[in-house]
Amino acid sequence: MLRKNPTLRHVLGRAGWYFVTFLVAVAVNFFLPRLGDANPIDAIMARGGAMDSVSAREKEDAYLREFGLAQTDSNGKVVRSADGKPVKTGLASQFVNYVEMSLSGDLGTSILQYPKPVMDIILDAIPWTICLQLPTIILGWLFGNLLGALAAYKRGVFDRVLYPLALLASAIPAFCVGILLVYGLGIKHQWFPAVGGYDPSTTPELSGAFLSSAAYHYVMPFLSIFLIVVGGQSIGMRSMVIYELGTDYVKYAKLLGMKESKILLYTFRNAMLPQLTGLALAIGAMVGGALITEIIFSYPGLGMAILTAIQGNDYPVITGCTLLLSITVLVANFSVDVLLGLLDPRIRAAQAAEAN
Amino acid sequence: MELVKGLFKIPSFLFGLALFLGTLGLAFFGPLLWHIDVVSRVGDPYMAPGAGHWLGTDHLGVDMVSMLITGLRASLYVGFLAGVVATVVGTLIGVYGGYKGGLLDDILTVATNLFLVIPTLIVLILLSSSMEKGRSLTLIALIIGCTTWTWSARAVRAQSASLRARDHVALARINGYSTIEIVLEQILPYLLSYVFMVFILQTATAILTEATISMLGLGPYDSISLGKILNDARTNEALIGGKWWAFIPAMVLVTVIAFSLYVINTAMEGVFNPRLRK
Repeated sequence: MLRKNPTLRHVLGRAGWYFVTFLVAVAVNFFLPRLGDANPIDAIMARGGAMDSVSAREKEDAYLREFGLAQTDSNGKVVRSADGKPVKTGLASQFVNYVEMSLSGDLGTSILQYPKPVMDIILDAIPWTICLQLPTIILGWLFGNLLGALAAYKRGVFDRVLYPLALLASAIPAFCVGILLVYGLGIKHQWFPAVGGYDPSTTPELSGAFLSSAAYHYVMPFLSIFLIVVGGQSIGMRSMVIYELGTDYVKYAKLLGMKESKILLYTFRNAMLPQLTGLALAIGAMVGGALITEIIFSYPGLGMAILTAIQGNDYPVITGCTLLLSITVLVANFSVDVLLGLLDPRIRAAQAAEAN
Repeated sequence: MELVKGLFKIPSFLFGLALFLGTLGLAFFGPLLWHIDVVSRVGDPYMAPGAGHWLGTDHLGVDMVSMLITGLRASLYVGFLAGVVATVVGTLIGVYGGYKGGLLDDILTVATNLFLVIPTLIVLILLSSSMEKGRSLTLIALIIGCTTWTWSARAVRAQSASLRARDHVALARINGYSTIEIVLEQILPYLLSYVFMVFILQTATAILTEATISMLGLGPYDSISLGKILNDARTNEALIGGKWWAFIPAMVLVTVIAFSLYVINTAMEGVFNPRLRK
């Protein structure tokens, strides 16, 4: 069946590769935090107060069990040596414990907001991040590509004004655009609220007051990400279309007397494919820039969750968020890969040739 | 040489170069022209720009010009160190892998593909948050270099693979040159302009990355950097309070460095890549 269906072959092949990448991402999330000198359990206990109190000992036991850091007896109690120190388990069994917990959706318990599960913190934050990032990146990508294609096709004044602007927009770090917007439109002119995701006098629910305040707070973070995406994508598209316009098939079409709009459609379609790969790569890079954008606008998404966690050495939340971000980027890349396989006949042909 | 001469006739290249040399000059000669003091409180917190302190003071009352010059030096240091590490490691592995193929090349391809999907920033967050005490400026630069070299390796590998079939390389092989000799003498020289462009981009990226992780509160403990100035301004409410001198100058410096390097790179691409020439 696979032999006859190159598209399915492509999808399955990519799925296998992404699964391997996923395993590496999990390993990275486990081993990197353990390379350094900071010890999360000590950090928790330092916050917890006196060591010899019964409740402190219970809390320590809970964490040791959760991270699989200490050996436990058949009753699930932490085994302690004569001086009261827990008996440590090996790194390998810690890793197995971590993978088992992650696969079952248990990311541990927050240290700062004990005993709130990390998963709950992430679930609170993630709708904000998705609603802000996904439409913004896709709209910015579409608009940037249109603008870039137009600049390449028209050249002249339009191009000479647009190109340096786009170059500047893509070179300005994400946080600088955010800071400028907050300062210019939020503080100086007070056109839009400078910080937050909604008016603090409303609560997140399906009411008109909340939704309109959320939409009002949406404008500036949206603009900040949108401008950068448009800048970066239009530059890439411009050079792609310039290249396509010089190819033989365009010259031939012109000699045939084909309509300009039709030629433009063909070049646009061909230049789009590499841009789609660019979108996948850009999503990875955007994760960083967009986190900072959220922090600047104090937007209640994952960026703020990570910032709060870093400031409070809340290790389970940090690794939970980074794991989730890795998975998101993986899924985005996988979707673009599959889409490319459906759109680009060359990829299908290569897969079909491999099968024979 | 012809090409290099042609480069100096392109207005955008000269513009980018002038901008970049300007910031470099500020970093080198600033301390000679301005009394640098980032420790003492010379005035009230968030004192507005005036005659004695051209750019006012920060949240502690420290002179902003001193902070900016010190931060600029640190950011350039991070950029160059990370850029050199990422370019040297990436170029050596990329050139060798592209020419030779084989196991090293396979490992390289897998590693670069992995790191294209796992965001560099996540690796940086995990590494830096686990190293609370030893997070020096040099270590941050090294971490950035070690997480971004795969990108240069991938770029250089493609170029190196395309040179493999050239006649002079085949001639060297027939004459019994060793692989190392061929890579260093027959392939690398042809890629120098390309490697230089990779270095420029890596430097710009490293400066932006340092600023980004400093904004996350994971900046160096032993130094002031432009990112740290921005982070201090944000955490001490300069933004909400409208104290523009605490963040706008640092922001302009970061943007000018990155922008000038991008402009230089784009101009060089236009000269060295014949496909893009009009």
